[in-house]
Amino acid sequence: MTWINLSSILFCVYLEAVFFFKKLMKLLILIPAYNEEETIADVIQETQKSFPDADICVVNDGSDDRTGAILKENQHIISLHLPFNMGIGGALWTGFNYFCQKDYEFLLRLDSDGQHPPSEAAKLLEPLIRGEADLVIGSRFINREGYLSSQLRRGGIRLLKLLTTIIMKNQITDNTSGFRAYSRKAVCLLTEDYPFDYPEPIEVYLLHRNGLRIKEIPIKMTDRKGGVSSINLLRTYYYLIKVLLTILVNFWNGGRNESVSDRSHSDL
Amino acid sequence: MEEGMNPYPIGPIQIFSIIFSIFLLVLIVYLIRKKKVREEYAIRGLIDKFSSLLGIQYQPAALFLILFACLFLLVFHFSIVISDMKKKINALAMTVSILEERGTKKE
Repeated sequence: MTWINLSSILFCVYLEAVFFFKKLMKLLILIPAYNEEETIADVIQETQKSFPDADICVVNDGSDDRTGAILKENQHIISLHLPFNMGIGGALWTGFNYFCQKDYEFLLRLDSDGQHPPSEAAKLLEPLIRGEADLVIGSRFINREGYLSSQLRRGGIRLLKLLTTIIMKNQITDNTSGFRAYSRKAVCLLTEDYPFDYPEPIEVYLLHRNGLRIKEIPIKMTDRKGGVSSINLLRTYYYLIKVLLTILVNFWNGGRNESVSDRSHSDL
Repeated sequence: MEEGMNPYPIGPIQIFSIIFSIFLLVLIVYLIRKKKVREEYAIRGLIDKFSSLLGIQYQPAALFLILFACLFLLVFHFSIVISDMKKKINALAMTVSILEERGTKKE
């Protein structure tokens, strides 16, 4: 009797392990890149070292420098080259659509400037694989370690935090962090009506509105290794106003979702 | 300015506009005689009514108001069209990039 029990338990453990690795295999790592010739090769190499089984998809967002050429040399990655610069939102949206057309289970988003160390990324995937959340955000501000951005931006982030606390009754400490992991359900939902301009806070809001679970995990970020941020001082204000407006408009809409079935990319 | 200089000189543009005005006058009189401009009267009547309704004394001002309102609506219309086109262009760019990737992987 105990023998059978033991073997069945062992079998269950085996099945779980197989299931775990199979799920892990279907991981797509999405790296949006715009003029990142200095860092992109290193980031890809590091990512490959940390996740040898995952597919890496780099979206070249119409770069003017050698980013595209570097990506084309590398045969081991999926590279999507946009014909013109669509902005971070457009690049992410493209990657999300690629993800949804294939049978991946999880999506991990990394920055191409080396701010997101791939070694920290495994922490983000854990709650996803265990099925605890649909979006996992890596937050700099839970433990306050590593790179913490500038004073002004932190102020903006705090304002966003206040707003999300009021609207969603869910405290997100680092709403602008792009260090995130998504479940398939979350990604496919987001492709329908993606907030193109500065997507991170609105992503959180949209997913919350559709009843998906969001979780934050403390991580450490490093300062960028090269290139310049796409968000300068003036844009920081624009970013804030735009995000506030979008959330307010969405809030006013009361969760009504536009129909997007007429979009033609679904039959690709 | 030098003294004795005519502040309103008659240059080629003035001559042109005088001739054009006379031409327009003749044309309008001709059309009225042929009874082809009833619509014109109708529009004038409308502007009269519109301006008296709003208490505008100077009727060209009412005309400008109507024009501005129309332009405003037109601009709105254009921004809607442009947003829609941007959406479609983005979808196209996305599709192109994915198809290109698929093409290079098949070779």
